[in-house]
Amino acid sequence: MAFCRGIVSEIAISFQNVTKTYPLYHHFKGGIKNLLFHPLEGIKSLKSSQFMAIRDISFEVKKGESFGIIGKNGAGKSTILGLIAGVIKPSKGKIMVNGGVSPLLELGAGFHPDLTGRENIILKGILLGLTRSEILNKIKKIIDFSELEEFIEQPIRTYSSGMLARLGFSIVANIDPEILLIDEILAVGDKNFQDKCLKRMLDFKEQKVTIVFVSHSMDYIDMLCNRVMWLDDHSIKNIGKPELIIKQYQQGNIS
Amino acid sequence: MKNKMNIYRQIQHHIDLIIVFTQKDLKLRYKNSFLGYFWSVAHPVVYALIFYVAFKLIVRVPIENYALFLVCGLFPWQWFANSVGASPMIFFGNAQIIKKINFPRNIIPLALVLHDMIHFILAIPVIIAFVLYSGHKPYFFWFIGIPVLVIGQFCIIYGICLIISTLNIFFRDLERLTIIFINILFYATPVFYSEKMIPERYMFILKLNPMALFLINWRNLFLEGTLRLDYTMLSFFYGILFLGVGVLIYRKLSWRFAEVL
Repeated sequence: MAFCRGIVSEIAISFQNVTKTYPLYHHFKGGIKNLLFHPLEGIKSLKSSQFMAIRDISFEVKKGESFGIIGKNGAGKSTILGLIAGVIKPSKGKIMVNGGVSPLLELGAGFHPDLTGRENIILKGILLGLTRSEILNKIKKIIDFSELEEFIEQPIRTYSSGMLARLGFSIVANIDPEILLIDEILAVGDKNFQDKCLKRMLDFKEQKVTIVFVSHSMDYIDMLCNRVMWLDDHSIKNIGKPELIIKQYQQGNIS
Repeated sequence: MKNKMNIYRQIQHHIDLIIVFTQKDLKLRYKNSFLGYFWSVAHPVVYALIFYVAFKLIVRVPIENYALFLVCGLFPWQWFANSVGASPMIFFGNAQIIKKINFPRNIIPLALVLHDMIHFILAIPVIIAFVLYSGHKPYFFWFIGIPVLVIGQFCIIYGICLIISTLNIFFRDLERLTIIFINILFYATPVFYSEKMIPERYMFILKLNPMALFLINWRNLFLEGTLRLDYTMLSFFYGILFLGVGVLIYRKLSWRFAEVL
């Protein structure tokens, strides 16, 4: 038993034959009217019209690994992140996630424009799973990291998009995540801050934080990841070393 | 031991979530208008004034001390109408975080109802000021009656909000229906008329309307310092029923929120 547990804890994320289909809800947008007048058709159309986001995907991410996901738009990358974060459930297959997940949200998500930077840090920290006292212990570090200084007391509707990105990254960078999900974030902010983010990510990698990283930037993928998964047409095209996969991916895109 | 710590931490985190979300709503309400508290009191008072002119001066309903009568009913009604009215869109307004972060989504409608509840509680001194100004005596029973009714009304409003906010994600039409529903319910509830004016053969409708039971109780409590035991029990029955149905529907459907939003 102890032996088994040892093996399990080596793996941070495991997908076994995972399929995710979405019902196409716009067929249902006829709403109550449709359901009332054509109940049978309504339910039938609901069941028959499904969109397959990922098909029969299996992979594992080990603890401490930086795992990249590349692929064209609509290949299913964000679906995989959503499944790891636990906000959606697989239609088929098994997912195991071992440890707390911190998703790095796209620009400004989870923030409220009329609250100050400081208030937003508390709000988002708690949303990400910290208790109030834990986030208050870290707030100074977060504010220092963000370099927002006196702007931190201003409502964030006054922030530029770069400042918002800095605030967002600073929170995630300082909450000691176990599993970090990053969906194409480094492309924002000025050069200085981008470098700082990258450095922080490399620190995370050094500290053996498990990272799942979705990006279209092959440079970042190459720099950050130990392994890369190439998604194409909702299933896995290949998994392997970054150099190899990136090369294949770029050739595949040209031909 | 570690498990125990974990459970403790989880409970603490849950409480923090509720507090921070409710605080957020309160802060937002007061941040941009420095007369925040005034506005939340002014709204029902203005309604009271309108009804006073319409029904006392023009229609001349035979109710004594009609202004006070209105105030006692309108504040609890406002809590209900504000919360339920905002509930259909409440998940849509937070779609961004629902799609990305896994946290208990019921916190969102819960914070909405708590926020309106706090406003109602803050307005109770205003109601009491009206009561005392009209020459009524204060009642010691308020200290028991007010918490009892607040808890009961909280259960029913939260239950209804949970039902509407969850279902509206899947049936958008519900938003329109909710507005109509609140309007109909307002006239079916003795807010600007007395339950004693209802003809005997329609009285059964009153017992089917939980908000009517609450309103009658609120008025009795403020003006006479009493609660009707049968109404209180029936309204708590409705409260638990709606809360139960709400939790059930939410549990069945909440895992699909991120897909549909």
